[in-house]
Amino acid sequence: MDTWNYLEYAAWALSALFGVLMLIDLVRIDTTYDNELLISSREGEIEATAERHEI
Amino acid sequence: MANVTSTAAEPERLQLLRVLGPAHIWALGVGIVLVGEYMGWNFSVGKGGMIAGLIACWVAGLLYTCVAMIDSEVTSTVAAAGGQYAQAKHIVGPLMAFNVGLFLVMAYTMLEAANAITVGFLLDTVAGMQGHSGLNQQPFIILAIMFLAWLNYRGVLATLTFNLVITAVAFVAIITLFIAVQFGASNVPLDFSAITSDPLPYGWVGIVASLHFGLWYYLGIEGTCQAAEEVRSPARSLPYGTMAGIMTLLIAATMTWYVCSGLIPWEYLGQAGTPLFDAARVTGSTSLMVLLFVGTTFATLASANGCINDASRAWFSMGRDRYLPSWFGAVHPVYRTPYRAIVFLVPIALIFALGAPLDQVVTFSILSGLLGYTFMTFNMVMFRNKWPLDTIKRGYVHPFHPLPTIVLLILCSTAYFAVFLGYGTQLSAMMCFYIVASLWFHFRRYQFVRRGDQFTMPWPKPQGY
Repeated sequence: MDTWNYLEYAAWALSALFGVLMLIDLVRIDTTYDNELLISSREGEIEATAERHEI
Repeated sequence: MANVTSTAAEPERLQLLRVLGPAHIWALGVGIVLVGEYMGWNFSVGKGGMIAGLIACWVAGLLYTCVAMIDSEVTSTVAAAGGQYAQAKHIVGPLMAFNVGLFLVMAYTMLEAANAITVGFLLDTVAGMQGHSGLNQQPFIILAIMFLAWLNYRGVLATLTFNLVITAVAFVAIITLFIAVQFGASNVPLDFSAITSDPLPYGWVGIVASLHFGLWYYLGIEGTCQAAEEVRSPARSLPYGTMAGIMTLLIAATMTWYVCSGLIPWEYLGQAGTPLFDAARVTGSTSLMVLLFVGTTFATLASANGCINDASRAWFSMGRDRYLPSWFGAVHPVYRTPYRAIVFLVPIALIFALGAPLDQVVTFSILSGLLGYTFMTFNMVMFRNKWPLDTIKRGYVHPFHPLPTIVLLILCSTAYFAVFLGYGTQLSAMMCFYIVASLWFHFRRYQFVRRGDQFTMPWPKPQGY
């Protein structure tokens, strides 16, 4: 077993870690906050919109 | 909870964070694309020889300059996450918007998968050079996707600052190789004799066929406008970042063709896996070889990173408008990212990265991109007709309209023919997929869309309505 074999195991472990971190946080957020708040985003506007459309 | 929008009249709302500047936009656009200089473009040389490769480089450059100009004008006005999807929604209509959203998600997710496959291939190459044969690429492919998805999940500023650094390193690596070879650092002199001895080995059809892979030099630069809702000054930053990006790519593409075609015989260059890295190996300089390996790896990671950013924004926007289940339209209350869209697209990218061959994945990505560019042509004409220049102030007005639109349409038609020559079955399958998806949207999904809420730009009534 050489360095590359250890790197393979490290890659598996890190992949699982990042995946678990995301999933745990996703579940935590979804159970902590109201879904209406989480999906409350509206499409953005450019700054000074009123000024921009006055030619 | 920080930065939550709330007024006395309206309930509190979560929005994406406006923290990006023009440099981040440059990093997003060039970061997605620069991997095409490190690999893929050289198959155009294999299809038609050295001259065909150069013509493909510049013709595709012209195509993408038109894309960048058109996109800069529209997106400086329709500055919303989702980019071309939001443009289509406001200018053409819901069915077109749904299709454009799918084009974007497919193009970027496939490209992300292709990049992850490339990371595995690169590490396998290095392991082989160190005497370790049979490296299991899967854990490295998965790690690339998981790490970058996690980075995107945690926040857009860190994600695109990371992209800025690694993209800059990858670009400097190309310039360094060019200068080093020009000043005689290479053991092998530049040799362009094949231009005269074997100018067009497959005739003029070879030039058309090479255009398919010429697109690879610039594919994805239009992704800059996905950051529209996260940039501090979209009307200024988006055109600056996009136009600076296409200029960077035109320089990098021409340098890449010059160095690689001069150092590597075209017959080999046409099928090389990593042409810039191979060119560095030919020079005999260990430091150049290491630099170009780092450049190749960084370009690949930057591309995958930008693709996750863009695909998730497009998916998020469609969820927010109820074009897809509204669950996908959620914003993380702390990191302010479209976290559900990011997580949802991870397994899709993994399926393609682990289960599909690289050339098929790349071709599906190119085809989705091409469909998006074709949409831009009539989108631009409709935009100028419905809202002429004296009705809406633009952050950027592109010159010579409608010439860039006409050029783009002609080049897109040529590129379809070029793709059809090599991948006719995939082209047909892709078209069938989008037709079925359109039928589903029209007959099943559109009933859930809040029709009055989806048009958000405070524009005057369009001409003729």
